[in-house]
Amino acid sequence: MNNKDLLNLINITVSFEGFLALNKLNLNLKKGELRAVIGPNGAGKTTFLDVITGKVKPTKGEVIFKGKSLVGRKEHKIARLGVGRKFQSPRIFENLTVKENLEISVTTPKSPLNLINKNIKDEQLNEIERLVKIVNLAQKVDSKAGSLSHGQKQWLEIAMLVGQKPDLMLVDEPVAGLTDEETDLTADLLKSLSGENTVVVIDHDMEFIRRLDSNVSVLNQGTVLCEGTMETIQKDKKVIDVYLGRPED
Amino acid sequence: MSLSKIKFDKKIVLSFWIILIALIIAAPTILPVFRLNLLGRYLSLSIVALGVDLIWGYTGLLSLGQGIFFALGGYCAAMYLQITSSSEFPNNIPEFFALYGVEKLPFFWEPFKSPVFTFFAIWIIPALVAGLIGFLVFRNRIKGVYFSILTQASLLVFFNFFNGQQKLINGTNGLKTDVTQLFGQMVGSESMQRIFFWITAILVIGAWFFAKWVVKGRFGNILIGIRDDEPRVRFTGYNPVIFKTIIFSIAGGLAGISGALYTVQSGIVSPQFMTVPFSIEMVIWVAVGGRGTLLGAILGAVFINYAKSLVSEALPASWMFIQGGLFILVVTALPEGVLGWIQGDGPRNLLQRFGLKRKIETYPSLEVNNKEGNNE
Ligand SMILES: Nc1ncnc2c1ncn2[C@@H]1O[C@H](COP(=O)(O)OP(=O)(O)O)[C@@H](O)[C@H]1O
Ligand SMILES: [Mg+2]
Repeated sequence: MNNKDLLNLINITVSFEGFLALNKLNLNLKKGELRAVIGPNGAGKTTFLDVITGKVKPTKGEVIFKGKSLVGRKEHKIARLGVGRKFQSPRIFENLTVKENLEISVTTPKSPLNLINKNIKDEQLNEIERLVKIVNLAQKVDSKAGSLSHGQKQWLEIAMLVGQKPDLMLVDEPVAGLTDEETDLTADLLKSLSGENTVVVIDHDMEFIRRLDSNVSVLNQGTVLCEGTMETIQKDKKVIDVYLGRPED
Repeated sequence: MSLSKIKFDKKIVLSFWIILIALIIAAPTILPVFRLNLLGRYLSLSIVALGVDLIWGYTGLLSLGQGIFFALGGYCAAMYLQITSSSEFPNNIPEFFALYGVEKLPFFWEPFKSPVFTFFAIWIIPALVAGLIGFLVFRNRIKGVYFSILTQASLLVFFNFFNGQQKLINGTNGLKTDVTQLFGQMVGSESMQRIFFWITAILVIGAWFFAKWVVKGRFGNILIGIRDDEPRVRFTGYNPVIFKTIIFSIAGGLAGISGALYTVQSGIVSPQFMTVPFSIEMVIWVAVGGRGTLLGAILGAVFINYAKSLVSEALPASWMFIQGGLFILVVTALPEGVLGWIQGDGPRNLLQRFGLKRKIETYPSLEVNNKEGNNE
C-alpha cells in the first residue's frame, strides 16, 4: 500500500453462509490506472465489486478508498465519495428516456430539494450532449431507454457511469452480448477513459481484455491468483491450469 | 405538421377547462342536492387517490393503510367543528363527553379551538404521521409485500385505538359534523354543502396540479427509478429513503385533506374510515383508472364510487361482486388501467382487431433476425 493508491482491498473475505465467495483477497489500484479483472464464472468477480460499492459487507478485511474506509458505509454514500458502477446486465431505467437517464446520473447535488425546485444546470445539459455523442446515442435522446438495442443499453449505462464523474469506475462485463464491432468500440472507449479516471473492467472475454492492453488480475475461487501484463499471466503455470488452459465452455 | 398538432391540443385543453369550470359552477343548479352531495364526496375521495397514485403508481409503494391519514384529516376537521359548536352543552365541551362522565376537555382537543391550527393540522398531522411511519419502514429497507402488510397492520392498530377510545374521541360512534355550526351556519345545510362542493372541486384541481408538479422533471424520474430499480438509484448516489419518505408524507397530507372534505360532506367521521376494505378500495380506484397517470386516479375514484352508489340503490349487496369483477378484469385485461390503456395503443389495437384500422408496418422483430444469424 502507498499513498498513490486510490483503492486498497486488504484481506477481504466474504462468506455466504460458510461458502467463501472471496477468500483473503488483496488488490491495490493506482490513480489513473486501467485494470482488467478476469476469472472463470463464479470466481467472485461480481462479489468483489459488491464489496467495494457497499452492497455486500465483507466478513473480514478492509476497503480503503482515498484514504477512507468504505466498510459499513451506505451505497449512496460510497457513490457520492466517487465510486461508480456499471452492472453486469445493463441496468438502466427503461421507462425513462435516454436523456432522463443521463440527467439522473449527472445531477449534483443529489438531494430531493435540488431536484424538485431547480432546473438542471446548463453545464450538465452540455455534459449530456457530449456523452450521447461519445456513445452514439445522439439520435436517441428522447427515446425510451427500454426501446434501445442491447448494445445501446450497455453504452447508455457506460455513459451514465461517466456522467456521474466518479474517481473510480467499476465496469462489470461491459461487452456481454455485444457484436464484435461494438466490442471493439467499447474497448476503445474504456481505454480513453483511463488516465483521467481509474477504471476496473471485469470480463472473461480474452480478446477484449487483450485489446484493453492493461494490467490484469486473475481471480480464482475468491482470491487473486496472479497479476501482471497479459504476456506474463499467459505464461503463468497456475493461470494456465485453472483458466487459460481449459477449453472454452 | 407537428405545429398544427400542438395548436389542436391547446384548443382541446382550453375547451376542456372551460367546460369543466362551467360544469363546476353550474353543478349545484343542475344536480339535485342529494346527487350534488354525493359528487362532492366522490371528488374529495379523488384527492386520496392522487396520493395513492404518487406512492404506488410512480414510486411502487403499495400502501394498504391510507385510511389512517384519511381518517386523521377527518378527525381534525370534526374536532374543530364539535368544539366551536359546544357552547350550549355542559362544561362547554362536545355533547358526547357527558355520556362517559368526562367533564374536562382532553388536552389534545385544546389546539383545535383555533381555526388556523385546524386548517394546518388537517394536512400536516397526517403528513407527519405518514412521514414518521414511512421513515422507520423505509430506513429498515422493508419493501414490497412486507411494506403492504405493515401498512395494513398499522391501519388495524389505528382502527382499534380510535374504536376503543370513547372518552377521548367517542370511540366507535365517531364524531358527527352535520349538526355543528361553521360561521353561523349549519354544516349540513344546503348552502354550506354547496360551498363545500365548490371548495372540493377547486382543491381537486389544485391537488392534481400539485401532483403533476411533483412528478414532472427529475424528482419524478427518481421516483420512477425507485419503483423500477431501487438499488440502481442507490448506486447512482441518491438516498431512496428520503425520496420515499417525502412522497409517502405527501400522500399522507393529501389523504388528510381528502378525509376532511369527505367528513364535512358526509356528516360524520368514525373509525369506519379505517377499515381494511376501504383502504383497499382506494387502491382499486387507482388500478382501474390507471396507475401513474394521475388523471386516472381522479376519474377512477369518482366513477367507481358513482357506479357504486347507482348499483347499490338498484341491487343492494351486489356491489362487492361487481367491484371485485372490475378489479380482476382490469388486472388481467387492462393492466395499465383504463386511462393507461387509452393513452397507450389500446384503442388502435382494438380497432385493428376488428379490421377497422390498418396495421402499422413494423420492422421484422429481433428474434427473426437472430434466427437468420444462427443459420449462417
Ligand atoms: N448473495 C449470495 N448468496 C450466496 N452465494 C452467492 C451470493 N452472491 C454470489 N454468490 C456465490 O459466490 C460465488 C461468486 O459469485 P460472483 O461474484 O457472482 O462470480 P462471478 O461474477 O465471478 O461470476 C458464486 O459461486 C455465487 O454463487
Ligand atoms: Mg459476475
